[in-house]
Amino acid sequence: MQIIESREEFDAIIVGSGAGGGMSAKVLADAGLSVAIVEAGPHFDPTDPEQMTQLKWPWESPRRGASTTRPFGDFDAAYGGWEIDGEPYTQGKGTQFDWFRSHMLGGRTNHWGRISLRFGPKDFKRRDQDGLSDNWPIGYEDVAPYYDKVDKLIGVFGSKENIPNEPDGYFLPAPKPRLHELYYIKAARKAGVAVIPSRLSILTKRLNNERGVCFYCRQCSRSCAIKADFSSGISLIFPAQKSGKVQLFTNCVVREVTTNTEGKATGVSYINKEDLKEYHLKSRTVVLAASACSSARILLNSKSIQHPNGLGNSSDHVGKYLHDSTGTDRAFLVPDLLNRKVTYNEDGVGGLHVYSPWWLDNKQLDFPRGYHMEISGGLNMPAYGFGFGLAEMNKYIGGVVGGYGDKLREDARKFYGAMIGISGRGESVPMKSNYCEIDPQVVDQWGIPVLKFHYQWSDYERKQSKHMHNTFEEIFEKIGAIPLGDKPDADRDYGLHNPGRIIHEVGTTRMGDDPSTSVVNRYQQLHDAPNIFVVDGGPFVSQADKNPTWTILALSWRTSEYIVDQLTKKNI
Amino acid sequence: MDRRESMKSLLIGTMAGGALIQGCAPEVAETSKMPKASIAPEGVYGRTDKEKLRDQELANAKGFSESELATIAILCDLILPPTATVGGALEAGVPDFIDFIAKDIPGHELPIKGGLMWLNTRCNKLFGLPFEKLNDAQHKSILDEIAYPEDAATEVEPGVAFFSRMRNLTLTGYYTTKMGIDELGYQGNTPNVWDGVPEDVLKDHDVDYDDMWLSKCTDQSKREDMAEWDDQKNLLS
Repeated sequence: MQIIESREEFDAIIVGSGAGGGMSAKVLADAGLSVAIVEAGPHFDPTDPEQMTQLKWPWESPRRGASTTRPFGDFDAAYGGWEIDGEPYTQGKGTQFDWFRSHMLGGRTNHWGRISLRFGPKDFKRRDQDGLSDNWPIGYEDVAPYYDKVDKLIGVFGSKENIPNEPDGYFLPAPKPRLHELYYIKAARKAGVAVIPSRLSILTKRLNNERGVCFYCRQCSRSCAIKADFSSGISLIFPAQKSGKVQLFTNCVVREVTTNTEGKATGVSYINKEDLKEYHLKSRTVVLAASACSSARILLNSKSIQHPNGLGNSSDHVGKYLHDSTGTDRAFLVPDLLNRKVTYNEDGVGGLHVYSPWWLDNKQLDFPRGYHMEISGGLNMPAYGFGFGLAEMNKYIGGVVGGYGDKLREDARKFYGAMIGISGRGESVPMKSNYCEIDPQVVDQWGIPVLKFHYQWSDYERKQSKHMHNTFEEIFEKIGAIPLGDKPDADRDYGLHNPGRIIHEVGTTRMGDDPSTSVVNRYQQLHDAPNIFVVDGGPFVSQADKNPTWTILALSWRTSEYIVDQLTKKNI
Repeated sequence: MDRRESMKSLLIGTMAGGALIQGCAPEVAETSKMPKASIAPEGVYGRTDKEKLRDQELANAKGFSESELATIAILCDLILPPTATVGGALEAGVPDFIDFIAKDIPGHELPIKGGLMWLNTRCNKLFGLPFEKLNDAQHKSILDEIAYPEDAATEVEPGVAFFSRMRNLTLTGYYTTKMGIDELGYQGNTPNVWDGVPEDVLKDHDVDYDDMWLSKCTDQSKREDMAEWDDQKNLLS
């Protein structure tokens, strides 16, 4: 971070270095454009021994991996969390949104679950099916060629299934199921629920000569030092840097996009966290990829005579239609898995080897939109929390509850790997009344006005969550499994996690053909300023029950090609 | 091209089932191995400067008193004593872990300090001495009151909650050490080539891999062959 004031003008400034920003950097730099990436957090490289947590043991952490300083535990790669010192956000009365941020090179791609699902044809046109929210202006056929390219560049394992709304990709082969997953397959089939190999961006086979092939440590959340999983740094940004066209500005917090008298972007101003001074970088285009809510915040904070309501906000839609996936979970004890053999290494990849895609028709149900189910369990490496409630588990099988001494060692062996967790992850209905805005009274430690959130689940999501819990029980009773804890009822919104907890927040700069009801056009270009683009989850009109990353990548690629084209033609 | 060498030597000792048993020895390229330069010394595990500072401050901060720690140690030893073949919670250093974690997670501190007071009050009432001064039989008679939630008397409920917490922390503290993990038998956290559940385990559980599912799964003998597809998205290599 030696640059004080940029004299040069970049072809593009990319704000944020996660999936969307990394992909844009790769495409733009490969096309010969000069690129500045401005990232709010520090540099991160999973191959750096000083930053690596992979293959470390629980005893190397004094808290044994507890989640005191990192919300997913000491070994998780993501810096940040739902609460960050000095960077508050506020909530509208009676509403709750939990905002996860990871400030670091690569952002949340360093720790994410690698679940890489294409949206299907129906997912882009939900209004046509249920009359709720809006269709995307583009369809599967527009995005499919880019999904194909993402598959081949980054790699994803899975299986060809020919399920109409779960499009197949260029898949690497799937890993074989683990023991608990074989139990789940049996149970799901008996219950009439679809179950197929999962689809994760992890290399089960050689994809290129730069990245390794998975050695099955189950630690993708720690970011992989042999580059066998996808993260933005190793897969996109470091390769893009080989062009010599990419400059990285880390620990730099973008405050606003600056514009000229025509209302077009001239660059960005940012605060350097190290000297707390403000800088200005110049560019021909600005690509926002700071995450859906951060990009909305930057736009709303970028007020000028030309853009008095905030940049791109003549429609008053920036921040609106914020939506996260629905999510709820349950755990089951499988008596047939008690006292199982622990004679082999069952780590596998970092995540599920099998999952259940949406298999029902909403026309027969009392809620719109579907969900998929994710499975967890097996012989996990112990960490903080191992053994909690262990002696009490005996109540489910008629054993002695509690105790001490050698009995506990027997309990530990008996219950080890005998539980299966199941998580429902569903599509919520985007609502204009769920939104973020600038809180005019509160600033963060950099002096930048913060976001205020307004978000409430509706009965659509509650009924969906209720259905998830009924399904969980129907599936697991087929193998005689015992549900743990209480089934959440209406008082607890049927176990729905708070909005924001699934960390799939999208929709704040939504795409549309009508500039009065949307923020960006089909190419994720601001209606109000032609040389500004948004390539994170913000432009999502709706988000399917699919994890958003693969679609962010595909759309960012598509937009970045458009930027190259438009710059070449001098249209922007 | 990558320099390749057999992974056999790497696999022996780390794999109980899978590829070796089924007779295919996968080749592993250098890029698929953890580079030696990446392996930091034990205890260096990717902390940020801010995290390092906080951990140092916690380590230096005063935790439980000597007397409290002495009682915690006795409890740990009763919860997980050594066996004829393996060490117990004391040898595994569990009291130090509990001392740290109560500083790290403030929600533990008050229930443990208060719980220790409750325990001593109870011991004074029954035996006229604090827990630390009781003999083994007396210790066990106290534990028998509070270690079995379903049978415990109402008047000792605070002790039940306290003991459950101590049991949880002792189990976590123990099974997250090398000693505890070895005893549990966990085989992972090491590079390997996953090729499915071993035959004997499949048999024990009366489950199997059906051919249709297996046809979608990776052939580990071809893991280092470069992926190629036809236009119909069929994997060719």
